[in-house]
Amino acid sequence: MKNFFKLIVFFTLISKLIFSNANAAGEKQELLKVDWSFKSFFGKFDRASLQRGYQVYSEVCASCHSLKHLSYRNLAEKGGPEFTELEAKAIASNFEVTDGPNSDGEMFERPAKLSDKFVMPYANVQEAIAANGGAYPPDMSVLVKARGGGANYIYSVLMGYEDPPAGMELDDGVYYNKYMYGNKIKMASPLDDDIVEYADGTKATVDQMAKDVTTFLQWTAEPHLETRHKMGFRVIIYLTVLTILVYFSMKKIWSRIETKV
Amino acid sequence: MSDHEYTPKSKVGKWFNDRLPLLTLANHLTDYPTPKNLNYWWTFGGILTFCLITQIITGIILGMHYVAHADLAFQSVEHIMRDVNYGWLIRYVHANGASMFFLAVYIHIFRSLYYGSYKSPREVIWIIGMLIYFLMMATAFMGYVLPWGQMSFWGATVITNLFSAIPLVGDSITTWLWGGYSVDNPTLTRFFSLHYLFPFLILGLVVLHIWALHVPGNNNPIGIDIKKPSKDTVPFHPYIVIKDLFALLIFLIIFAFFVFFSPNILGHADNYIEANPLVTPAHIVPEWYLLPFYAILRSVPDKLLGVIAMFAAIFVLVILPWLDTSKVRSTVFRPIYKQFYWFLVADVLILGYVGAMPAEGLYLLIARVATAYYFAHFLIILPFLGMKEKTTPLPLSITEPVLGGSADMAMAKNNSDYKEKL
Repeated sequence: MKNFFKLIVFFTLISKLIFSNANAAGEKQELLKVDWSFKSFFGKFDRASLQRGYQVYSEVCASCHSLKHLSYRNLAEKGGPEFTELEAKAIASNFEVTDGPNSDGEMFERPAKLSDKFVMPYANVQEAIAANGGAYPPDMSVLVKARGGGANYIYSVLMGYEDPPAGMELDDGVYYNKYMYGNKIKMASPLDDDIVEYADGTKATVDQMAKDVTTFLQWTAEPHLETRHKMGFRVIIYLTVLTILVYFSMKKIWSRIETKV
Repeated sequence: MSDHEYTPKSKVGKWFNDRLPLLTLANHLTDYPTPKNLNYWWTFGGILTFCLITQIITGIILGMHYVAHADLAFQSVEHIMRDVNYGWLIRYVHANGASMFFLAVYIHIFRSLYYGSYKSPREVIWIIGMLIYFLMMATAFMGYVLPWGQMSFWGATVITNLFSAIPLVGDSITTWLWGGYSVDNPTLTRFFSLHYLFPFLILGLVVLHIWALHVPGNNNPIGIDIKKPSKDTVPFHPYIVIKDLFALLIFLIIFAFFVFFSPNILGHADNYIEANPLVTPAHIVPEWYLLPFYAILRSVPDKLLGVIAMFAAIFVLVILPWLDTSKVRSTVFRPIYKQFYWFLVADVLILGYVGAMPAEGLYLLIARVATAYYFAHFLIILPFLGMKEKTTPLPLSITEPVLGGSADMAMAKNNSDYKEKL
């Protein structure tokens, strides 16, 4: 058994090493840390925050940033914002999609359905770049996973707009951000107090909106996070119990000979 | 080995076994005499077999949903993560499974290095093992390209570009590998095809690896030959089976922590950005398990020599059985080699660390020293040490340090104490 603890210590050390390697190329500026509800072993999303986050996304971000890997039906699915199906349908019907060809061979416009993917703000990448001063507003579907620092990074960037330090010249359409890689960002600070009006009466401070929209983006990046945590807990309990049983079986079997195991 | 004549009890069994001796094989595998003093470092063979099977099964399922096309690959991976039933689980098991596979294979290799399992008469097992390791690296590299993220694309560009260092035909070979003039759709489709093929080659080699193992039998922590099978060994089933299972379960718990609670920690965030040939990431780094070789590659200022050094780093391992001149297998009885062994472990970890860092300044210097030491270990230290080193006396048999009672008792005791500490 003594060997075993050594083995476990060894594993921990190795994974620590890997962990520090994975983070080694990270940014130097210490990110703002939020105690997210979806972190930790039992982490879940704050449902109300997800719904508010969707509101911030649709009223603020969606004019430039797409969510192309999501469908409207996802909004009503378990583990997400959990809008009712009617609400999700109503949201979808606000958007027009091109369908077809119909039996006459014509393409036609129709309101979006639950099964449609989120409608993108621009027809293509080139149009998005042209409309945004040469910078492509990245698709937000997996943005949280695509940035070292994850949710904390997204939140920090939203909160990180400041006046540039003395002596720093910024071109037109370039803004200073404390947490952005290289400190220069082509997106103007998107949030202002009360820029949206929350239906549930929550005060729409910049901090609140940044938290809500980050929570929402964490969900768009990891829509099955809650199932994963729940299943993971069960799997580990199961494996632990099985390991204990197998350990005693092993002891029993090896007790037939003098050698220790 | 101890293959006593086996006859199936039933008539049908006998009829079948006379035509295809599968039952004899099954009997051999269960009765296979295994040294009773194997420690837990010996459980990684079974763990690795499990890893390979897991990768193959999850990979086949992923292959049903994945689309190998430059315009659709990224999207199809997101489709797997979102819309395929438990697709997220299958993909996270496959992605983290690759890391766990390499973690296990490194432990397996270093176990072999410590106990001299590569030495006569087990050289062929070792060489097949190295072939497996080499194929694993190729498979993992191509697998990492398939999601077609930024790191996929640029990793593929960097690695395939290495072949352009070959004099005269380098550029033609690179174009041939790419199927065009840059990494593009033809590269992706052929990588997918080969990524699907290689695991089955590995599986075939694993069968040969185990077959070759069953000719001389297992090495053991003391590294001496089995003298009396009845005293020194236990049958594979149930003794080793249950022990391997126990170790596998511990391994699975660690595996599960990665899959369920930090599935992306071992990957690079940039790979969730779709591949873009026009934007180069700030740092292009391979997956962690390839970092030591990446460090060796970058530590040599000349491109061709760097590539040669990288492949030589693997090749010295292949010829290791002839570089190590010591007749004593287990490091337990080699006090000086024991220290060099741990230096080598540290050296490889350092190489891995600097491989993740930008190749400049102090990091580059460390990488060069560590690379030089890596080769010195195999090419200078091992051959000379084997001739000069005064080894401590070996016990007479495997049973001896366990049961004791001989003149060498004190010595043997110390050895088993040492094993305990390990």
